[in-house]
Amino acid sequence: MRAPVLILGARSDIGRAVAHEFAARGHPLQLAARDAAGLEPDRADISLRHGVAVTLHEFDALATATHDAFVAGLPELPGIAVCAVGLMGRQEESERDIAAALRVMRSNYEGPAGILAVLANRFEARGSGTLVGISSVAGERGRAANYVYGSAKAGFTAFLSGLRNRLARRGVHVVTVLPGFVATRMTEGMALPPRLTAQPQDVARAIARAVERGRDVVHVRPVWRLVMAAIRAIPERIFKRMRI
Amino acid sequence: MRLSGWGRYPVLEARTHAPRDAAALRQLVATAPPLIARGNGRAYGDSAVHPAATVEMRRFDRMIAFDPASGQLVAEAGVLLADIIAAFLPRGWFPLVLPGTKFVTLGGAIAADVHGKNHHRDGSFRACVDWLEVMGPEGEVRRCSRQEDPALFDHTLGGMGLTGIVLRAALRLRPVETGWIRQTTVAAPSLAATMAALEAAEATYSAAWIDGFATGAGLGRGLVMLGEHALRADLPPGQAPFPAGPRRRLSVPLDLPHFALNRPGLRAANALYYRTGGRKAGSRLVGWDGHFHPLDALHGWNRLYGRRGLVQFQCVLPPARAEPGLAALLAETAGAGGGAFLAVLKRLGPQESAFSFPMEGYTLALDFPANERTLALLDRLDAIALAHGGRFYLAKDGRMSAATLRASDPRVEGFRAFREARGLTGRFRSAQSERLGL
Repeated sequence: MRAPVLILGARSDIGRAVAHEFAARGHPLQLAARDAAGLEPDRADISLRHGVAVTLHEFDALATATHDAFVAGLPELPGIAVCAVGLMGRQEESERDIAAALRVMRSNYEGPAGILAVLANRFEARGSGTLVGISSVAGERGRAANYVYGSAKAGFTAFLSGLRNRLARRGVHVVTVLPGFVATRMTEGMALPPRLTAQPQDVARAIARAVERGRDVVHVRPVWRLVMAAIRAIPERIFKRMRI
Repeated sequence: MRLSGWGRYPVLEARTHAPRDAAALRQLVATAPPLIARGNGRAYGDSAVHPAATVEMRRFDRMIAFDPASGQLVAEAGVLLADIIAAFLPRGWFPLVLPGTKFVTLGGAIAADVHGKNHHRDGSFRACVDWLEVMGPEGEVRRCSRQEDPALFDHTLGGMGLTGIVLRAALRLRPVETGWIRQTTVAAPSLAATMAALEAAEATYSAAWIDGFATGAGLGRGLVMLGEHALRADLPPGQAPFPAGPRRRLSVPLDLPHFALNRPGLRAANALYYRTGGRKAGSRLVGWDGHFHPLDALHGWNRLYGRRGLVQFQCVLPPARAEPGLAALLAETAGAGGGAFLAVLKRLGPQESAFSFPMEGYTLALDFPANERTLALLDRLDAIALAHGGRFYLAKDGRMSAATLRASDPRVEGFRAFREARGLTGRFRSAQSERLGL
């Protein structure tokens, strides 16, 4: 039997797509989100389509004190855990309202890093497993347009990199996913350039492939490697005056 | 945004919405009308477009329950028939009725009451639907079936989305032993021979490809393709009972220039297809996808027709007047019209319904590039079909006149009256329904 996959933030568009992708490959699923009971239609849909067992688990990424108990309460320790938790927020609001900014920071860094830290220790003790963190190219360089979100993603990317380094010789693999623009609820209404924009299903396929092939850092659309290399290469003296 | 049907003609500027749940949909029904639901955009013309509000239903795409004892599947309206096949064929179940593309949603199949190559035996899509849930003009959700509010059931199947928004349906799948089709091809040198072959066919599935360029004695010549679900015993040893997932899909990456599909080339290609088809006549095993959906393999094949798009003409003629009617339609097409790029003829069986397209007789579908010459030809084809007691398929239409529809179908008044009585006319409208006065 294939390894069970835990999906944290299973209600998000990417979380749902990842669930379908792994179920189609025969993996049983543990779907975790706030108000998990509300995911019953998805649970029924996925198990009907793919004939795999799917269980629902109440999970609040920001309630970090509950994370240990959450993992202990799973019917079994998953073989693969995918963290699709995140919150874009609105940059103007994050600038005005520090509480809103903190919510964005905690949702993209503290919560995801917290739960993956708990899972990492259990995976390490078992000596196997794969952790997948969905971070963002926004973390590659802070920009005026979304640096609150970007800074939290930068922290998460660094956390994943360090975790990978720590666990590389302990049988646990860590995948960092940098999706670029994705057409989801988070980006609804934004004018995204079609060539740079992936669908949630593209992200899900990239994740499943990265897990199977043991890749470390994956961009969903390879063009983002070039875009971000270019953005990183701009000298700060120039960058700070740009509207990008 | 600029929106059109599969034929990419006509193109309209339309406001679109893509609600995620019933509450958001209810909000739209209350505030956005007139509106029309849209599935996967496979109706050819303007059936699923309204400039004021077009409501995308693809996010309602969950399967809800399956009963392996009866083969009944309950699913949301945005589920594709392709999804149903992907999920259930490996378990030995197949849709009872499958139209010419598997990329239609359940809601779209219900709204157009689509038919397949087995209409003469199994009826239209309606035949496999046990019940429906429809969101009405006040946002209320009503279940209907042959017993429960049968008028709503009857008018929704074939009602082109004009009776409300289909949210869910229960449909019966058919048990199959394999995903293979035993396909037999018969070459027929004339219209009479093609019709005789369809008439004599005992197979579950039958349809004829017609050479849309042939004239004179060869008018209506074609290849009659018959299909039967293969049994396990029919498969050669070692053959997997269910063909592996869809073949690698090719896609048309750009709009071809309008001269790419030119008439001399197509005339030759049609003649060649007829001759090679005739030589390969006989029986063989083919995958279900190749039998039902040869065009689906070429993703975005509508782009072959270039930016101006394509239009399809499809009518059904009653049995008694079918042969002269079909001869006149094909002669007009191949003669003055310069040929149809794709022509398909099917035998339809009897049909009960309030407003569905099928009726007993022969249905002819003709594809053309959209241009002035085609539109003029289609007006002449309308007149020929009317003169032979024909009826038109609204899922293919993007240009017919209200007068033609009324002359072709005495049921229009009843359909319109149902809409009035239920308070639907102000809420649910498409560009097509406004054009046709439905």
